Amino acid sequence: MSKLPNSYRPKVIVTKVGLDGHDRGSRIVASYLRDAGMEVVYTPPWQSVLSVVRLALDEDADVIGISSLATDHLLVPELMQALKKSRMEHVCVIVGGIVPPDDEVALLDSGVSKVFHPGASLEEISEFIRNMAEQARINAISKFEGSI
Amino acid sequence: MNKSNVVELASPSSASEFENWEKEYERAQSDKKIIENRSGIEIKPLYTPCDWNEKYYSEKLGYPGQIPMTRGIYPTMHRGRTWSQRQLIGMGVPEDYNNRLHELLAAGNTAISLIPCNSVYRGYDIDEVDPKLLGTCGVVVNTIDDMDRCFKGIDLVKLSTALNDPGPFTLLALLLGVAKRRNVDWSNITGTSNQSDYLSHYVANHMFFRVSLEGSRRILVDHIAFCQEHVPNWNPLSVVGQHTQQAGATPAEAMAFTISAGIQYAEDCIARGLDPEKFLERFTFFFDISISFFEEIAKLRAGRRIWQKLVRERFGVSNPKTWRFKFHGQTSGVDLTRQQPLNNIARVTIQAMAGIFSGLQSLHTDSYDEVLSVPTKEAARIAVATQNIVKEEAHCADVIDPLAGSYYVESLTDEMEDKILEVIRLIDDAGGMFQAVDHGLVQQMIGESARNFQQKVESGEETIVGVNKYKIENEELEVLPLERPKPEVIEAQLKKLSLYKKNRDQSRFNLGLSALQKAAQNENENLFGAIVDAVSYGVTHGEINQVVRQELGFGHPQIIP
Repeated sequence: MSKLPNSYRPKVIVTKVGLDGHDRGSRIVASYLRDAGMEVVYTPPWQSVLSVVRLALDEDADVIGISSLATDHLLVPELMQALKKSRMEHVCVIVGGIVPPDDEVALLDSGVSKVFHPGASLEEISEFIRNMAEQARINAISKFEGSI
Repeated sequence: MNKSNVVELASPSSASEFENWEKEYERAQSDKKIIENRSGIEIKPLYTPCDWNEKYYSEKLGYPGQIPMTRGIYPTMHRGRTWSQRQLIGMGVPEDYNNRLHELLAAGNTAISLIPCNSVYRGYDIDEVDPKLLGTCGVVVNTIDDMDRCFKGIDLVKLSTALNDPGPFTLLALLLGVAKRRNVDWSNITGTSNQSDYLSHYVANHMFFRVSLEGSRRILVDHIAFCQEHVPNWNPLSVVGQHTQQAGATPAEAMAFTISAGIQYAEDCIARGLDPEKFLERFTFFFDISISFFEEIAKLRAGRRIWQKLVRERFGVSNPKTWRFKFHGQTSGVDLTRQQPLNNIARVTIQAMAGIFSGLQSLHTDSYDEVLSVPTKEAARIAVATQNIVKEEAHCADVIDPLAGSYYVESLTDEMEDKILEVIRLIDDAGGMFQAVDHGLVQQMIGESARNFQQKVESGEETIVGVNKYKIENEELEVLPLERPKPEVIEAQLKKLSLYKKNRDQSRFNLGLSALQKAAQNENENLFGAIVDAVSYGVTHGEINQVVRQELGFGHPQIIP
């Protein structure tokens, strides 16, 4: 098992895919994570699935946080597929926003780590992301070590 | 508190009584916590004639329909005509919308709305986006035939339609196209271009922002000029405070941003040579009503007072209709909770009462389940019933401006007015609303206020029942039936669009498209007029947006976390 250096900072993409633009939640989460010492890449809404994957590759992200206030989370299973195709399955994906229970089941089935609902505290979200990011980084390192 | 004031305003004996109360209060009240409202105004435990006195009545209040308009913009207010119950409708395909419309009309509604699908908001035709997302949050409308189907069997003259229609206003163009087809005179078309306030889209409701900032500026003035001449009973502009407040601005900031945007639009119209005595009559406003009950009432009363003074002094208008601060209110979705969702009905009731006491012209009450999913029919019914209960059972609308004269409400209205004016001055100093949003000033203020509020929620300073207090452990979540359009329905709609594009008269289409392009390139032409023409030549919503974006620049909102 690899160990992370002390200087490690979680790298998180906070974004929205699809058509909706309600971004109060994603902006608040992004700035909270930043203030908590994480490295945050924030994008405007309306990203395509492929642009998120490319960004995750470019930025070597540990966690992707998708905010969904309408029905855009329906695109997330495609994102999970695309990440797998790009050999990025170690990246942890979380979704936050308005996600009906049936949709939540489908998201978790597709590999999403967690869905945060309205009322989740910033601390709770940040704590979860930190843990998942560390795990993702360790997995990425061991994958890299395994490949040489 | 200012004691000399007490002596002046009340009899000497009551002044000493006041001091006695103050002493007793200090002794008995151990909790010295300072309470502030969302706009940062300190709220005292008691308000008395030191805070507000009737001698200011004429200057501060007056009578409904008269300067300073604090008590309402019409002499009769809700006694004459209560507010319009304007619920948001739109889902699925035009046939779904049409069915819902017939239901509403049969139930006696005349004030309707049209909420398009998010793909429409983004300026696309349905063949440009992922079909999974279509029709889930609004109705898909791309062509004049779609709009015709939305209003099938319905007399356009009998409706007042609120179109959620950001610039370049394709939905109104489609509606006017349908009216022309049916030989309905445009002067009989009434309603409002909601979501015409592009500045609020640039800073807050980003999904409505389609065309570059400068481009949006031109289109809006073109739109106002066109409507003034050809669709005189249509309200071409609704200035929106709801977006900034939902995005996190305090109530005072949201009111100030709205008024500053109103000033900007008026100045832009004047620069174009339009007459403020005329176009200001048609300005309307749209506000968020949060659960901060007294603060919202004070915000809206103060807004009315500020607007009339401002337009009279700044634009020198003498037409009394231009002094009227007409507004629609929507109860705040941000205040609703996913936890114990039925509690939301109580929240919406309080919000609705705040709106009604503030003298609004039109009201949308949110469904309690909108935190869970797109509202179900049953929840939407309860939202309308809430308005009727407040109005007809609780008799909340029997008296005009019923809270006037309350020491607290009047003092708070004055303090909110000061706060709002302070922000308006800040925006003025930044060169007006256009400059202020272009430089990111407004976005930064909103972000800061959103974070401040969130911190108060996290620390428990601000209570949210069921979320940070009075929680139910292991609460079972209510599962509501999901209402989404069936894939085959969307499939059929996609087929209709492709047939429409195939079967339209190609030479007329080419003509319409190139005329549109030329109009976009020539600042002296009315671009909205060209869009109205284009839809009758078969050009679709997505195609219009594409041309406009190509010529005037794509709209990338400036987003500051």
